[in-house]
Amino acid sequence: METNFSHVDAVLEQYGNEQRNLITVLQQVQAEYRYLPRDVLEYVADKMGVSIAKIYSVATFYENFSLDPKGKYVIKICDGTACHVRKSVPILQKVRETLGVSEHKPTTDDMLFTVETVSCLGACGLAPVMTINDAVHPAMTPQKAGELIEEIRKGEQ
Amino acid sequence: MLTSLNDLREYRDKSSTALKAPELRVLGCAGTGCGAGGSIEIYNRLIELCSAKGLDVQVELQKEVEHKGIGIKKSGCNGFCELGPLVKIEPMGWLYLQVKLEDCEEITERTLVNKEPVERLFYKDAGGTYEKQFDIPFYKKQTRIVLDECGQIDADSIDEYIAFGGYSGLERALFEMSEEQICNEIEESGLRGRGGGGYPAGRKWHQVRMQPEKERYVVCNGDEGDPGAFMDRSIMEGNPHRMLEGMLIAGAATAAHEGYIYVRAEYPLAVERLKRAIETAENLGLIGENILGTDFSFKIHINQGAGAFVCGEGSALTASIEGERGMPRVKPPRTVEAGLFAKPTVLNNVETYANVPLIITKGVDWYRSIGTETSPGTKAFAITGNVKNTGLIEVPMGTTLREVVFDIGGGIKGDKEFKAVQIGGPSGGCLTLGAGQLDLALDFDSLKKVGAMIGSGGLVVMDENTCMVEVARFFMNFTQNESCGKCVPCREGTKRMLEILERIVHGQGTLEDLDLLEELAQTVSKTALCGLGKTAANPVLSTLKYFRDEYIAHVVDKKCPAGACQALKQYRINPDKCKGCSKCARQCPVGAISGEIKSPFNIDSEKCIKCGACAEACPFGAVEEV
Repeated sequence: METNFSHVDAVLEQYGNEQRNLITVLQQVQAEYRYLPRDVLEYVADKMGVSIAKIYSVATFYENFSLDPKGKYVIKICDGTACHVRKSVPILQKVRETLGVSEHKPTTDDMLFTVETVSCLGACGLAPVMTINDAVHPAMTPQKAGELIEEIRKGEQ
Repeated sequence: MLTSLNDLREYRDKSSTALKAPELRVLGCAGTGCGAGGSIEIYNRLIELCSAKGLDVQVELQKEVEHKGIGIKKSGCNGFCELGPLVKIEPMGWLYLQVKLEDCEEITERTLVNKEPVERLFYKDAGGTYEKQFDIPFYKKQTRIVLDECGQIDADSIDEYIAFGGYSGLERALFEMSEEQICNEIEESGLRGRGGGGYPAGRKWHQVRMQPEKERYVVCNGDEGDPGAFMDRSIMEGNPHRMLEGMLIAGAATAAHEGYIYVRAEYPLAVERLKRAIETAENLGLIGENILGTDFSFKIHINQGAGAFVCGEGSALTASIEGERGMPRVKPPRTVEAGLFAKPTVLNNVETYANVPLIITKGVDWYRSIGTETSPGTKAFAITGNVKNTGLIEVPMGTTLREVVFDIGGGIKGDKEFKAVQIGGPSGGCLTLGAGQLDLALDFDSLKKVGAMIGSGGLVVMDENTCMVEVARFFMNFTQNESCGKCVPCREGTKRMLEILERIVHGQGTLEDLDLLEELAQTVSKTALCGLGKTAANPVLSTLKYFRDEYIAHVVDKKCPAGACQALKQYRINPDKCKGCSKCARQCPVGAISGEIKSPFNIDSEKCIKCGACAEACPFGAVEEV
């Protein structure tokens, strides 16, 4: 369990602890921990003087916040309109199948990969698109996606 | 630090002299699209090769010394994303397409040293080879006024923006116009909000200006959430100062002193570029206290979204900036009366603000000479889907769909039949061939008449193999996911509509389902709280209207005419092609295929789950979809 909150203190110092900064603060916390750990949220609630319920209400409203730890590589498969009509679903199926994950269990047991869908990355000209930790991979196919994952796995061994 | 009008003018003169100094300007497109294709590596490689050859290269505008040499710059998005990465050579106006890292040596040797073109990198089609960017059919039919500088200037350089006449709109607004005059001019120009509804921007500004409350805000909606739309992203990434200038003018017009930009979390590059743009403008004194020595002060903040489509709605967006759940509220009071922090607020989107400096600089008459009577100016569209030239385009309002899809977009990919265009994202509707809508003018009012809307400007082209019921299901799935849950009609209605659509695409729908779907759609449209809910049913209503026969084929014949719905597919083995190798039977996960070796196999359609594994496995192409 995390006991040292110096990073959180630095974030609160930088952005201020008024409620209007809550979303920015949570984004910074997530950037550090890759998710929002409960003890950190309690600490933030205490420091900002808002209730933990308030923080949870905001954290659960926005899709980008995660209360569960994410993998080291976050794979996002775009299923926006343009990617959808250029067949993004088979890519998603292939990636989930390769990694043995699903909609309800997006992260692999070894905490290496998390697979998510996103409604549009705004790179529609390159559809279908997939990102791995924010690096955009254009004109994907199920095969190319499989190869990318294989490459990362090899690099990790 | 520029502290007077004179300072700015001198700075502009110096910058534009410096801009003209180099013999060659190389502009590597560094938008998200070309970036993903490796444009940054190409940019670095060109610099490296030039330096190795001892060529005089500058990557930043040098104002202090006379500088011939070669300028190598990273520009914003040029829009022709399909054929990226793009490299442009000025002053010749040459455009190289699909440039690869290996091409850099030839470009350096032939173009940068010898000033000759590399013909093989030019655009080619049946009409020949096109040297210059604006001769290419994709660009020729466009009128790029808002996006123009995106591809011309270094997005990170305020000097280049100023050299291109940047901040002269602010200059006029601050030194020659009163608050009322600015609002009047925007109103007379007929500028309408580019975010969807098309509300006259000038009228909104007037309303804020007239509020008794003196603390006011200017908010920019950069939460471009419509799937298939990316024009705002390109402006924020490619020409951030144009938008900042628009916000400053809005501030000057309404006596506001603070501006907020709300940017989607999915646009990290836009955030980075905006941050740098604000910082450089602050350093020059164009944002901050007493701008150019006047008593006008203005600060701009950036807020990053956290992934909620509904935050594109005005009151949800301001709630999100305040650190709350981004849920819309009942109106009135409207945003102009009680918006951000419950104060009067000017809320426009990125493209709207980007139009403002042009209107103030070039005048109302010039602006009204473009576009139509009730929708002046241009509109940027993101054209995507099953079309040959995908990318970002800008055309005068009132351009027909045919010109956009066929002349600019180059027609349908793979020379298939055009079927429909989905316009305006999940809130919009379909324009179809059958209803004769190819010659429909794209402007606010013409589209409204046929039950569609410009929305933020996403145009997704669909060919004959796209199933319109599936498309409706896709959008409903999106809206249902994004429904914030505050009002019952949207929360429950979208869920039930999605269930019905799921049933239909799985071949379990009935004719009664169609009536129920229509009734639900109309009820949600009438009763939902915000724009998201009110328009959520549009894709359903418009596909039901124009493609009812496709719905009927799904529920009565249990067939998908486009052959797209997996569950309605039927597989059979063509006995003439089957060699009886048994590969398909071994791949079938449910044991639905049987037969004897060396004689044709059979699929038991009762057992078949239509996964398509057999078709993939067959080396002879004997497994056919019927």
